[in-house]
Amino acid sequence: MKILLPYILSGVSVGGQYALIAIGYTMVYGILRLINFAHGDVFMVAGLVMVYLAASTPLYIAIPATILITVALGFTIERVAYKPLRTAPRMSVMISAIGVSYLIQNLTLYITGGLNKNYPEIPWISDKITIFGTTTTRVTLITPFLTVALCLILVWIINHTKIGMAMRAVSKDFETSQLMGIRINSVISATFVIGSFLAAVGSVLFFTNYPGIVPTSGSMPGLKAFVAAVFGGIGSIPGAVIGAFIIGICESLIKGLDTILVTQGVMASPFGFATFSDAFTFVLLIVILVFKPTGLFGEKQTDKV
Amino acid sequence: MKTKKNLTSLILPVAFLILVFLLDQLIKPTDSMSMLLTVLQKGSVYALAAVSMNLLNGFTGLFSLGHAGFMLIGAYTYAIFTIPSQARDSVYQYFDALIRVSFPEVLSGALGGFGYVLGIALAVILAGAIAAVFAWLIGLPVLKLKSDYLAIATLGFAEIVRAIFQWQKLGPVTNGSNLLKSFERTSTFRITLGNGTVISFATFVPVLIAVICISLIVRLVNSTYGRAFKAVRDDEIAAEAMGINLARTKQLSFCTSCFFAGVAGAMMAMVLSIAQASNFKVAMTYEILLMVVLGGIGSISGSIIGAMLFISASEWWLRGLDSGSFLGINAPGIFRNGFRLVVFSLIIMVVVLFFRKGIMGDRELPEVIQGWRQKRQSRKRRAE
Amino acid sequence: MASVLELKNITMQFGGVVAVDDLNMVVNEGEIVALIGPNGAGKTTAFNVITGVYEPTNGEISFCGKPVVRNHPQGKMKAGYKGSCAEYYTGKPVISPTPDQLTGLGMARTFQNIRLWKTQTVFNNVLTAMHSKSSANMFSAIFRLNAEEEKRQRERTAEILEYVGLSDVANELSTSLPYGKQRRLEIARALALEPKLLLLDEPAAGMNPQETAELTAFIEKLRTDLHKTVLLIEHHMDLVMDISDRIYVLDFGKTIAEGTPSEIQANKRVIDAYLGVAEE
Repeated sequence: MKILLPYILSGVSVGGQYALIAIGYTMVYGILRLINFAHGDVFMVAGLVMVYLAASTPLYIAIPATILITVALGFTIERVAYKPLRTAPRMSVMISAIGVSYLIQNLTLYITGGLNKNYPEIPWISDKITIFGTTTTRVTLITPFLTVALCLILVWIINHTKIGMAMRAVSKDFETSQLMGIRINSVISATFVIGSFLAAVGSVLFFTNYPGIVPTSGSMPGLKAFVAAVFGGIGSIPGAVIGAFIIGICESLIKGLDTILVTQGVMASPFGFATFSDAFTFVLLIVILVFKPTGLFGEKQTDKV
Repeated sequence: MKTKKNLTSLILPVAFLILVFLLDQLIKPTDSMSMLLTVLQKGSVYALAAVSMNLLNGFTGLFSLGHAGFMLIGAYTYAIFTIPSQARDSVYQYFDALIRVSFPEVLSGALGGFGYVLGIALAVILAGAIAAVFAWLIGLPVLKLKSDYLAIATLGFAEIVRAIFQWQKLGPVTNGSNLLKSFERTSTFRITLGNGTVISFATFVPVLIAVICISLIVRLVNSTYGRAFKAVRDDEIAAEAMGINLARTKQLSFCTSCFFAGVAGAMMAMVLSIAQASNFKVAMTYEILLMVVLGGIGSISGSIIGAMLFISASEWWLRGLDSGSFLGINAPGIFRNGFRLVVFSLIIMVVVLFFRKGIMGDRELPEVIQGWRQKRQSRKRRAE
Repeated sequence: MASVLELKNITMQFGGVVAVDDLNMVVNEGEIVALIGPNGAGKTTAFNVITGVYEPTNGEISFCGKPVVRNHPQGKMKAGYKGSCAEYYTGKPVISPTPDQLTGLGMARTFQNIRLWKTQTVFNNVLTAMHSKSSANMFSAIFRLNAEEEKRQRERTAEILEYVGLSDVANELSTSLPYGKQRRLEIARALALEPKLLLLDEPAAGMNPQETAELTAFIEKLRTDLHKTVLLIEHHMDLVMDISDRIYVLDFGKTIAEGTPSEIQANKRVIDAYLGVAEE
């Protein structure tokens, strides 16, 4: 157990960060039936904005400003790249999302010159602490609690406010909600704003643990968060959070599996499991899609003949 | 009428191939026009990749994002089976190479120059075949999935493939995370004549492979199978009710598409002289998809035009945007590394948002030209 | 007269809802049989079971005397089954073909909400339907070794379009046709499969009286010229009473009557089902 603890701790932490991104995917998919491929890149941009802001302003300005800019970015992407395609086939919107992702990556590549940007040290949360004899950073402990708290607030918003009710209606039936007088565009914008807000928070937590950011830093966490959303049942917020925690923990354990097995004397030499820490997520994805396409908490949909 | 049409459809590609062959001889690597050869080489790789993706996404309506993975399989297969035996150990410097056959070497030993060509051809076909086998295996579970789920599952599969090929335990076959090199590549495709004249096939070979493969795809699309693909795309339930077996038809389209993706991967290895798993990322699939969109989903000539424009622009025309001066404007502060790709992605976004049908829509070049002719004739008639 | 289609104890249950309960039906060779009933009676569900879109919860379907579909309540459905005759087929092997396999046996259908291949021309819609009949494999198709067969199929397509009266619009896009002609094209597409049994799901839906009369004559002609057996769902009673040999009436998933048009017209239960029962 002692040897597993650090991996589980970091897994829970990474899982929490994925969860914050996954909520953005699952909400957008629930409403627009769109895999927002650019969401991972929004997450990466949030990290970069933080790098630039923290260089010139104190953190108590930099962090809120980062969140604000990220939210504005998410809002703009929706208005510019998805709104004009509201009546287009779903494939076109998905292609547009891929195009946005390509544009953001190239733009950041140009601005940063492709160099690794060092993430600023955030005093209190990057501190080292020791629990149960394991040394870790404070952010590792904060993340899961913050994630669950934000998630609960979000669920409350969706179940108890007017905009939340509108969101639920739109995700049930797009056309009918429109006919019932719901302002579709503001609902969709609200979804993107919430998604980007959570991605920005997630990015602050995520990149604190990593040495730096490159333009492609967002795509892998983005894809994994999407897998988490599918795993939990796309459209379901608790599902996305649970899926993200499961993926985070599994990934962290696989990364450490070689060390664990070798030090326990199960294997003589490392097997190379760590190569598969990313691939594992996708194996999980294919397995869940094949055996339970609706995920853990998803709703079934049928075609009418 | 019909024979005339067949004849023109034969003459055009042959004339094009002769032109490419001549360009290969006339343009020296030091010329400024040598970019044209690079564009033709890379362009034919991407043209085939884009057409094969279009077969799936455009003609069968299966939105797959696994192309980079299948190209990777093709590139590695080709590379592994064409490394000459004396170079083998230096390529696999950290491993004891398991596969030690080089098709061109073995066959040229037995049959001479013809054997060499046959060996290359065999390696290319094997590259496609192995990609198709993988496609068949992954197709069994995932082809039942609907649009975007299929997209994300195939994307995931490509990532899994990349991880497997970089796995150290497979080093004796794939060379682990190190690159494969020294195999037969376009720059070695040349004949030195008795008097010392060198005849180069560096551009001719990839273009030839692309022309052959694309014409096979065109013939497939225009056959009864192509009609079945389109039926599945337009309405699955109606297709099934009309006796078309959904699973088999989708699987056929998927395996065929991936076969040609594998061939395109082999060509890419050939052209770039290296094969490395870390190059075949999701971004490559996205680029191919954007070429298809640029040309028009559902148009084969569109995909070719899209790929050629994409490669010409990014490799050649817009180069200046990266290196200080463009169209005579000198602004090193703005025109620095990466600006080209920014401009480029903006152009693509404009196409995606405002010219959703791409350059060709779902029409083919001959139809478009015929349309122009008819328009001109009717205008002439009206004038008279 | 040999039976072409025979349904025995067919029950279709979705969750807790029994959409079709214990449907028994025979369609004999050369007959035109109609399936009628108020909205929501389970007619289209029955059609979808016959053509393999749905797997029945219980029952057996025979085509030309051979069982082609068979099922009994299994798994979760076993406890929650609300239909009848559950025990008839337990123990017998389950047969659950896909729609294309059933089509291959010699039946072809049309759809209530027209499902043509929208990006294809009228000609190609009919030609594509012949794909399952062609013997070419992919290689012979690519290298045009099947040119002879392809030519035959094209000729046959032209013949069919001539027969249904759509030759003049052969090169138009299928969706550009007026509604009535789209329905006719659906029938043409089904004819391309050369089926023994034609299943028409509300062929006259949305047609005016003039068009309906034309369609009635056309279906009659299919039987006399082409010797097709027809099973149809329809709400236009003129059409049904004109051409049907026999009629089955469904209401709330149950068969409430069967017989010749005159028998059905006199049946009290049918009248009640359509007009409602007066309070007594």
